[in-house]
Amino acid sequence: MRTLFGPLWRQPLVTTMVVLSVLGVGMIYSAGVLEVSSSVTQGLWMRQAVFLGVSIAGLLIVSRIPLRWFRWAALPAYVLGVGVLGVTLVAGTGVGTAEGISSFLSVGGFRFQPAEAAKITTALALAALLAKREEPPTYLRDILTPAALVGLPLVLVLLQPDLGTALAFVGIFFAVIFWAGTPWPLILFAASPGLGLILAFSLRVWAIYIVLLAVGLYLYRFRLYLVESVSVVLTNVAAGAIAQPLWNSLAGYQRNRLLVFLDPELDPRNAGWQLIQSKVAVGSGGLFGKGFTMGTQKRLAFLPEQHTDFIFSVVGEEFGFVGTSVFLILFGYLFFRMIGMAETAGHSFAGLFIFGILGIWLTHVFINVGMTVGVVPVTGIPLPFISYGGSFLLMSWLAAGAVVAVATDES
Amino acid sequence: MTLLSPPRARSLAVRARVGVFALLGILVAVLFRAQVLRSSDWLLRSQSNRLKTLTVPAPRGVIRDRGGRVLADNVPGYSVSIVPDRPDSMISTLRRMREHLEIDDARLEELSARARSGPPRPLLVSVDAPFDAVAALEERRSIFPRLLIESRPKRRYPAGEVGAHVIGYVGEINEAEVEAREQEGAEPGWIVGRSGVEAQYEATLQGKPGTRYVEVNAEGRIVGSFAGVRSVTEEPGTDIRLSLDLTLMEWIHHIFPDGMNGSVVALDVETGGVLALYSAPAFDPNVFAGVVDPAEWNRLVRDPESPLYHRAVMGKYPPGSPWKLATAAIALELGVVTPTERMPVSCRGSYAFGNRTYRCWKEEGHGSLTLAAAIQHSCNVYFYQLGVRIGLKRLLEVGTRMGFGARCGIDLPQEAGGNFPEGFGYWERRYGYEPREGEALNLAIGQGPNDQTPLKMAQFLVAIARDGSAPAPSLYLAPDGAANGADWRLDISREHLEHIREGMRRVTRQGGTAYRSSLEHFDLLGKTGTAQSGGDRPNHAWFTGMAGPYGAAPEIVVVALVEFGESGSGVAAPLVAKTADFYLRGMHGIPRDTVQTLGEHEIAGRGTAWARRPER
Repeated sequence: MRTLFGPLWRQPLVTTMVVLSVLGVGMIYSAGVLEVSSSVTQGLWMRQAVFLGVSIAGLLIVSRIPLRWFRWAALPAYVLGVGVLGVTLVAGTGVGTAEGISSFLSVGGFRFQPAEAAKITTALALAALLAKREEPPTYLRDILTPAALVGLPLVLVLLQPDLGTALAFVGIFFAVIFWAGTPWPLILFAASPGLGLILAFSLRVWAIYIVLLAVGLYLYRFRLYLVESVSVVLTNVAAGAIAQPLWNSLAGYQRNRLLVFLDPELDPRNAGWQLIQSKVAVGSGGLFGKGFTMGTQKRLAFLPEQHTDFIFSVVGEEFGFVGTSVFLILFGYLFFRMIGMAETAGHSFAGLFIFGILGIWLTHVFINVGMTVGVVPVTGIPLPFISYGGSFLLMSWLAAGAVVAVATDES
Repeated sequence: MTLLSPPRARSLAVRARVGVFALLGILVAVLFRAQVLRSSDWLLRSQSNRLKTLTVPAPRGVIRDRGGRVLADNVPGYSVSIVPDRPDSMISTLRRMREHLEIDDARLEELSARARSGPPRPLLVSVDAPFDAVAALEERRSIFPRLLIESRPKRRYPAGEVGAHVIGYVGEINEAEVEAREQEGAEPGWIVGRSGVEAQYEATLQGKPGTRYVEVNAEGRIVGSFAGVRSVTEEPGTDIRLSLDLTLMEWIHHIFPDGMNGSVVALDVETGGVLALYSAPAFDPNVFAGVVDPAEWNRLVRDPESPLYHRAVMGKYPPGSPWKLATAAIALELGVVTPTERMPVSCRGSYAFGNRTYRCWKEEGHGSLTLAAAIQHSCNVYFYQLGVRIGLKRLLEVGTRMGFGARCGIDLPQEAGGNFPEGFGYWERRYGYEPREGEALNLAIGQGPNDQTPLKMAQFLVAIARDGSAPAPSLYLAPDGAANGADWRLDISREHLEHIREGMRRVTRQGGTAYRSSLEHFDLLGKTGTAQSGGDRPNHAWFTGMAGPYGAAPEIVVVALVEFGESGSGVAAPLVAKTADFYLRGMHGIPRDTVQTLGEHEIAGRGTAWARRPER
């Protein structure tokens, strides 16, 4: 056993994850301490603890897989992942509060979210694709194939529709092309259509933005083909043009979530409810919090989804600013460790893959924590290692196993 | 291997760290602002969030009769409300509740509107849910999570029909009233007095609702009371005591002729206090105690016999012969007649005035009469001449001053005033001509444009029974026993008043019209009357009387009016006699008996020698 665990325990990445996951089980326990009789949240912490055990075992196995196996498996795994996402769109079911979206697939009584696996396989495939390059992408067309690779599963997830998870794919893409050494103007140009989409809601702002974009393209003209510049402008114009129809095509609850983000009091009883209650919980926690399991907002079940998407509100209410800071420092340490591992990794595939995973987790943490305090619209996205959810925990640990595996492969 | 050179990797890693640091730094900054800088705001918010205010209804004051018997009190009832939620889910809860609790369509509409627009306070569905409905809902708590079932005092009227009109009833406050009484903290669901004493003394009877702060969870279920804020204890309404004698009213209800409509008023001579105020037909005020069944309400409103109509204080009837007492009083006050004087024209069955002949009810005539004898025989010809002496102008002036065109001022909201012409303008307005002097003759015998309520006639009789003054009849019995001030004053000497009373006394003596209603233990004085009801229906039967021990001052005034009763002496007089006897026996410690009047003694075969004793 010593040889089995020994080197891993010396991995700060793994110890940080253990600390976070154990804290997570504790928070899930607290989320179940209610003054409302609820069969839903009570005792979930035990299931999560069991999942944690399984996840650690998974990490032990995956962390021993040689790097080249991952490279070989990357493309088939990606194809499989996308295939399953396609099946999910057809045969998927919703669950709990996400009843309206078809993001779950049940096989033999076991329900899981294929998107969780697809995120990792996409990171693998993207890393494998870019690792073949001799030098960093220099032109926009260099990142066209990577964009398509990520775009396919992203669109499938968006169709479920699961905006939060889709954003994680965006995170993968930008984290990986960043680590591939893509010059930042190119990254900006790649991101520009998304920016254009958002800014299109005010014509004046959008007009200024397009002018700035054109100036940027002009200054960068020596590193761009004309056709690229033109397509950047065109995609931005297209994004601006579809903004309104896209908005209209959004489901009512999605539109409400976005509107409520701007003004939660707009609809304090419906869409704004979660946001207001979460802000009240976090804010009332103060500096030191109300104490473990003592959160009144949580106890009285004012917090929505307090064991999954809004678990950070419980942290905020019960441990205060000190507690939330500790959690964010732990995440920060985890991410710094991953950056360090990417930096020292022997193979460029390793660094790219680690950044892919980093992109996923960073997106999750930023959006999840951000939405509990209202700086990001409410999108159903769990907090890694903390939120209740077996398949997400397992996938996170397996991904970490792969991170350890590729980072420590000396061959 | 070849993608990134180590220095390039290092520089990218530094940038990546800066990026991660910046993103997490934003989160820490936002959390710092929310949790440290603005924490107190959110803390307050979190308390008000789970704190819900519940209104604890205050029990209404208990209404008792003069002897302490309960006329209206409270029993535990149940109210059903829905804790605020999204309007549509509240409405769907309402719809699902209909399976167990009766909510008609109109009520559902009203409640839905309140759920949509109302402030987020519990929506009161029913102020008086039947126990089985409450039990059924309570059993299904899990499918009605936001239901709030509270015990709430419910009004009860143990006397039922007997006190229905005078005590009145209660009902749920309406929207306009909530607005009007905002200062008092009125809110939907309040129970307010709707009629009778309940309405008159609403401010006294209505207590101050308390406030209870409870902690609720997101489902709206109460998880406990909140220790942080002190609850405000409800203040029960003030109990009041009325001058009514419930036992007497029950007796009146018992003896009132079955199937007939009318009223009985009994006043205490000394204080003007109302001993009984009875109106038939009556209704059961208990049906108004909770949510009124619309079918029952419609039945009461549409009933041709108008059971909701308080005949004693609202019913206006031509006063007929009893009004001759008022004519006598006016004449004596003006000094146009002396009690022992006989009228120049003796009664031959009719009296000629102007170009008309005015008839007496007795065709063969009464001959020449004194005042007392004229009252005893109710001689029209005597009173025609009195009317001529008074003159129409003065008759109207004094009658109006005495208050025959106004209300008594009893402490009831529904009292109607009498109809009495205030002057010649009355005819001009109504018929477009100046009245002829002959009108005075009609008015003198209680006919013409003159309608009075039984209560008004009773108040007038109190003045006759006393020294010419009468306080406004009152229901409220002040705790300190303070008497009401006199507001009716006849300027007649005691000696002259005694002549009027003597005339009334003879009515129940041998040869009088109400001889058979005379009483063994008490001296009944009165005046019978039949008043034209208009149309082909029988006349209304009046008897206005007063009674007390023989040789002493009258203690009680009783007025009975039986609609279409035809005979004042046959129907109304026994009612008054039996009412007075029942009350006075109680006051003087004489065992009560169902055989009371001379007529009843005869029928029962009991001795009637007392009726002919001279000392009576």
